[in-house]
Amino acid sequence: MSSTTDMSTDTGSVLEKTRDDRSADDVVLRLEDLVVEFPAGAGQVVHAVSGINLEVRRGETLGLVGESGCGKSTTGRAIMQLPRPTGGSVHFDGRDLAALSPEEVRKLRPKLQMIFQDPISSLNPRRRIPDIVGDPLVVWGRGADKDKVVPDVLRAVGLDPDQVADRRPHQFSGGQCQRVSIARALVLEPEVLICDEPVSALDVSVQAQILNLLEDMKARYGLTLVFIAHDLGVVRNISDRVAVMYLGRICELGPTEALFDAPVHPYTRLLVSSIPSMEGAQRGEVGTGEMPSPVSPPSGCRFRTRCPLATDRCADEVPQMREVAPGRFTACHHPVLDTAVGEPIAPAVTAVPTTPLTASNGAGSNGAASSRTES
Amino acid sequence: MTRPTDTAPTTVAAEAAGRHRAANAAGDARPAKGDLLTVDDVHVRFHTRNGVVHAVEGVSLTLREGEVLAVVGESGSGKTVFTRRVMGLISGSRETDVEGTVTFDGITLSDLDAKGLAGVWGKEIALVLQDPMTSLNPVKRIGAQITETLVLHHKLSKQDANARAVELLRSVGLSEPERRVRQYPHELSGGMRQRVTIAIALSCSPRLLLADEPTTALDVTVQAQILDLLGDLQSRLGMAMLLVTHDLRVVRSRSDRIAVMYAGRIVETAPTKDLFDAPRMPYTEALMNAVPPITGPNHVRLAVIPGRPPNLLSPPSGCRFSPRCPYAQDRCLTEEPPLRPASELPGGGIEGHSYRCWYPVGTPENAEARRRNVERGETAAGTPVTGEMVPA
Repeated sequence: MSSTTDMSTDTGSVLEKTRDDRSADDVVLRLEDLVVEFPAGAGQVVHAVSGINLEVRRGETLGLVGESGCGKSTTGRAIMQLPRPTGGSVHFDGRDLAALSPEEVRKLRPKLQMIFQDPISSLNPRRRIPDIVGDPLVVWGRGADKDKVVPDVLRAVGLDPDQVADRRPHQFSGGQCQRVSIARALVLEPEVLICDEPVSALDVSVQAQILNLLEDMKARYGLTLVFIAHDLGVVRNISDRVAVMYLGRICELGPTEALFDAPVHPYTRLLVSSIPSMEGAQRGEVGTGEMPSPVSPPSGCRFRTRCPLATDRCADEVPQMREVAPGRFTACHHPVLDTAVGEPIAPAVTAVPTTPLTASNGAGSNGAASSRTES
Repeated sequence: MTRPTDTAPTTVAAEAAGRHRAANAAGDARPAKGDLLTVDDVHVRFHTRNGVVHAVEGVSLTLREGEVLAVVGESGSGKTVFTRRVMGLISGSRETDVEGTVTFDGITLSDLDAKGLAGVWGKEIALVLQDPMTSLNPVKRIGAQITETLVLHHKLSKQDANARAVELLRSVGLSEPERRVRQYPHELSGGMRQRVTIAIALSCSPRLLLADEPTTALDVTVQAQILDLLGDLQSRLGMAMLLVTHDLRVVRSRSDRIAVMYAGRIVETAPTKDLFDAPRMPYTEALMNAVPPITGPNHVRLAVIPGRPPNLLSPPSGCRFSPRCPYAQDRCLTEEPPLRPASELPGGGIEGHSYRCWYPVGTPENAEARRRNVERGETAAGTPVTGEMVPA
């Protein structure tokens, strides 16, 4: 496993020791113990994001995946300080955004841009395309550059500046509107681009165009991408590293290929084996149950209610993020090591506590598992 | 075939394992049965303020008893309008023209009036829609929504109907069915709601299930559960199923045959395995290449289909795909290709595989068309040919 890991990333195992030393200037975004909570009425609280730690290295694409409600979009917005997180900190280029005044945060925004899922509703329907794309320049007092910069950016995203000059968003398809959104985000030459489900609303044939465009723009503008999506195939293709989220916590983080080929966390295994595949029949286990409500998440490990390997320890103790292989991190008491997707799973021998697996846990009998989760 | 369900000794489970039909050489490996649904030359046109939208244009297909046919297409391909026409939910009016016949088990559905259709809906043909939030009535309890069809078609008493509702919910894998029947839709999650709509659809044991994007609104782990459930029930009850989706990956292991729609027409139809092994229509090929792979290296340059699906108010002349096709020649721009059997191709093709193309993929003509377009840098339609467009 480690050999493929080494080849697919620039962080070889030899460099593993030195990585922390040079990470100070290498890391462009650092989330520390990030917490986002929303009031849910009646004194209840939605625990959208519950203490995640994450580093985004300069120039990489970090994929953030998970099912709806896992907090991946909230994390993306918390990075943008939209809204400001409830707790924890976001360091951008070494500066703690939470410690800055609103005006100082505003000054950093040109470096930190975002594109959204629905390209049509994220553009003002009453304005012309060049005005939409040029607006950020006007806001930042560079309106004079508009006529020079905007056509360049439009060409870069594959739109003809002359053709779109008098058009408004409703005259374009979803794919073209997403190109406009990307142009608007790039016009200030940001360092980090946060993409929140940028291709989910698009047809398959158009999706590939936008994904290729994002790769091109990343190379051309030297961007760092945080790519949030629920489509694992898309995330797998575009990301250098992937963080898997479940109910507000990160459960696994690692280099893309290694993470998808031999997931360590039982939830990642469930996700990966659920991907409908072009190559043939489904691989491996199919899960049961659904994600519990973030208003009252399970104690301990939040995945335990659906986990085939769950033990008493999982209910009592929140698993901490730890490195199980070079560059691969997981928050699990019973990580599955060195097992490809589709192979039967057993917890890593070293990590097993004294509690043995019960038959019903191990066999993953459908009836038993679903009654445990949906009650 | 090493799934845990296979160890169950019942024939039902063994049959359920057969949902991985990709293993079957062709969908025809199952015993041949009679045609259940025959759709012949169906057209649907909508008269709008901006002109006539030809949403479905001359679609013909047959569905045998117990067969799973997948209809695959992008948004605007006409797949949903087609499904609704089959169901009889779209009929002729001042704004809508319909042509062609839909025959279900000897009954011509397209001739039935509302009352006649009501006798078929739910009982013989049932429908599962994409969004389980909007397809359930928010102010009625789950139980009442399930028993509605039972009481109507089978004249069951209230107690019997209730007992049957509980049983149905259990069969679609909902826990605590006795409690669920008294709940309202908002108390359930999306996946649970879709299980309820499936239970409603199955309440009268229909012989044909139309499923229009049944998992598009659901998360990937729940999607796998629902598709497995549909496959299980389909093979256990011997239902035929028309599975409509935009995602080719979803139907790969879950259908006997696939029909690919583009701009209101069927452009290719074949047994599932054959379609994936040897697509003939360039659109099908392009669709497969545009999906990010889930094995192999990342950062793969995806094959791109240039442009976007055509506007059905003014569809392109000739082949509808020609403006986006990497192989397009002059003939494609003027003459629309008919649906032709692949068995006529040199080298042969499997029975039941038809395609709509002048330069089918995998033939010398196609290779020649490709060479010519690469040489001049654009297709006959003027679309620039790039390395991204043409698979090596």
